[in-house]
Amino acid sequence: MTRIFVPRDVVALALGANKVAAAILENAKARGADVTIVRNGSRGMFFLEPLIEVETPAGRIAYGPVSAQDVSSLFDAGFLNGGAHALRIGRPEEHPYLKRQTRLTFARCGITDPLSLDDYAAHEGWLGLKRAIEIGSAAIVEEITKSGLRGRGGAAFPTGIKWKTVADTKADRKYVVCNADEGDSGTFADRMVLEDDPFMLIEGMTISAIAVGASKGYVYCRSEYPHAVKAFNAALDLARAAGYLGKDILGSGHAFDIELRVGAGAYVCGEETALLESLEGGRGMVRAKPPLPAIHGLFQRPTVINNVLSFAAAPFILAHGAKAYADFGMGRSRGTMPLQLAGNIRYGGLFETAFGLTLGEIVEDIGGGTASGRPVRAVQCGGPLGAYFPPALFETPFDYEAFAAKDGLIGHGGIVVFDDTVDMMAMARFAMEFCAIESCGKCTPCRIGSTRGQEVIDKIFDGVDVDANISLLEDLCQTMKFGSLCALGGFAPYPVMSALRHYPEDFRPRTAAVAAE
Amino acid sequence: MPAVFDAQRAKDIIDAHLALEGPLLPILHAFVEEFGFVDDAAVPQIADALNITRAEVHGVLTFYHDFRREPAGRHILKICRAEACQARGCESVADHCLADLGVDWHGTTADGAITVEPVYCLGLCANGPSALFDDEPIAELTADKLVGVIEEADAA
Ligand SMILES: Cc1cc2nc3c(=O)[nH]c(=O)nc-3n(C[C@H](O)[C@H](O)[C@H](O)COP(=O)(O)O)c2cc1C
Ligand code: SF4
Ligand code: FES
Ligand code: FES
Repeated sequence: MTRIFVPRDVVALALGANKVAAAILENAKARGADVTIVRNGSRGMFFLEPLIEVETPAGRIAYGPVSAQDVSSLFDAGFLNGGAHALRIGRPEEHPYLKRQTRLTFARCGITDPLSLDDYAAHEGWLGLKRAIEIGSAAIVEEITKSGLRGRGGAAFPTGIKWKTVADTKADRKYVVCNADEGDSGTFADRMVLEDDPFMLIEGMTISAIAVGASKGYVYCRSEYPHAVKAFNAALDLARAAGYLGKDILGSGHAFDIELRVGAGAYVCGEETALLESLEGGRGMVRAKPPLPAIHGLFQRPTVINNVLSFAAAPFILAHGAKAYADFGMGRSRGTMPLQLAGNIRYGGLFETAFGLTLGEIVEDIGGGTASGRPVRAVQCGGPLGAYFPPALFETPFDYEAFAAKDGLIGHGGIVVFDDTVDMMAMARFAMEFCAIESCGKCTPCRIGSTRGQEVIDKIFDGVDVDANISLLEDLCQTMKFGSLCALGGFAPYPVMSALRHYPEDFRPRTAAVAAE
Repeated sequence: MPAVFDAQRAKDIIDAHLALEGPLLPILHAFVEEFGFVDDAAVPQIADALNITRAEVHGVLTFYHDFRREPAGRHILKICRAEACQARGCESVADHCLADLGVDWHGTTADGAITVEPVYCLGLCANGPSALFDDEPIAELTADKLVGVIEEADAA
């Protein structure tokens, strides 16, 4: 019997993986070949999906991108024994895209069946949790602190300090909440954890729960991810049935369970206090801080709230020790960051690497430049609230402080590439439009300013008092930046200002009348 | 397939969620799942059951983009309009799809088959333009590809 791996990640599904799996079974039947299909996660090389792999005595051999129409010719080519074919990639781990990565968090991703507890255990699963149970609360917090892990959701706050605050706060009940709202365009690493290695998140949250003394966990996942919701719920059931969640985790005496909740299409609910409001059943309005969620969080109880990737780093750190993680990275940016290469990029996908590569290396060497083959003109880093970088800034190293020094942000690690057909005034307008659509409405600079921003850009478009309106736009950005309660209104100016600064030539009238002059 | 609003069924849905902490969003999601939308008639019923005001329920219902308050088409097509898909030309592809369907954003086709909604990222950002047809994900969306997906859904 030959095992064939066909990914179940939604990217593979969106490119026809289910049809490929069906075609394999059909062909195998017709030819009397004995095959089993395993639905693995994705390796994250999205430019090769659907990337199928065949288990041979020489290891797994990959073929991609495979469509249902290719399957018959793959059988003809003897792919069950790793035969030659135009789509043959060879051993996936030898592929330069994977070979250049440092996969700590995504070590299992694409290799295992995400819903197989056996696979998970066979690939270092639960080692971190077992050690956490052994060493106990204070030592867990110490490991996380020493690892230098900073929150991967955007604000880069030290995770160890957050956990310590919750651990030190006395309460009848504490919560661990996972922020899986992943609203940033150009990001999909959280989604991949939920779909392709869900037990890792369960393990990470459980480690956190033991560290802080929480009994209940919630994962708040955006509704735009229906496949992730299904996969994670299935994983929760399996973990619970096997005793990794419940009243007495692995016989340790710790009780902890996790429930998945689904958002309802509001970007601002990714902001931690709005997320807690939403979990409680309210409108997703941002709360003023303090009080910190660590002290008065969900239902006023002490609450750890972290991004998926922050929790997902914990099993590795606990299993291998803080130093093994902190040895990677540069400056105050320790460990690895799962970069997400997106937009108009030739080799799009997930690329986990230590901090410190330059933006140019990431976009040009790893990403291969644009998919369209045209020159790169702009790269938006850190989601819809992140700055646009022109190629002139490609020397910037990927590091929290280095990006901040260039008025940019790393955020959740999304990198969106645009070619030279991009209209940067349109992108600036979109940033304002997005802010207006998604504003929670609590503060005026964000709620009204974003709408004014669109109007001012429309005036520039129409050729009305162009210079005066450009300075008005700059003023407005300053007001939003300093007068907004949270980073939605506070950071929406970054894409706008960076577009203005680096691409001033795009901020000019476009109406037919002006063009005809 | 949207059902007709039914007060007894509504009560069952609410009751099934009462043991949850913060049950309001799960209840509203369940209504959309069951009926296709949240009928205004459900608002006082939910308010009573959760012991909160109608205004609070209404406030939550209207805050979130997902909670539709009117019936939609038999299928929902969500087309991504966020930056990474824009970088891959989603605006012109979306215009083409909308023109073929004869609707604007948020509109429903004349035969009641499809409602089209904008969405801001589906996590398919390296393979855009992206879309979701009910729960069927679509990468590298083109107007032709959409026709194929719709035909398959009709055949199923
Ligand atoms: C408008 C807005 C949207 C946000 N969206 C997300 C999100 O989708 N996911 C996330 O983890 N953090 C998001 N954040 C950051 C959270 O507020 C918070 O910093 C994070 O969940 C903390 O976890 P971490 O320390 O692990 O990063 C957002 C913040 C703002 C202001
Ligand atoms: S900045 Fe915008 S989203 Fe944030 S609290 Fe103010 S109004 Fe709400
Ligand atoms: S997210 Fe930091 S102040 Fe709002
Ligand atoms: S931006 Fe369209 S799927 Fe992410």
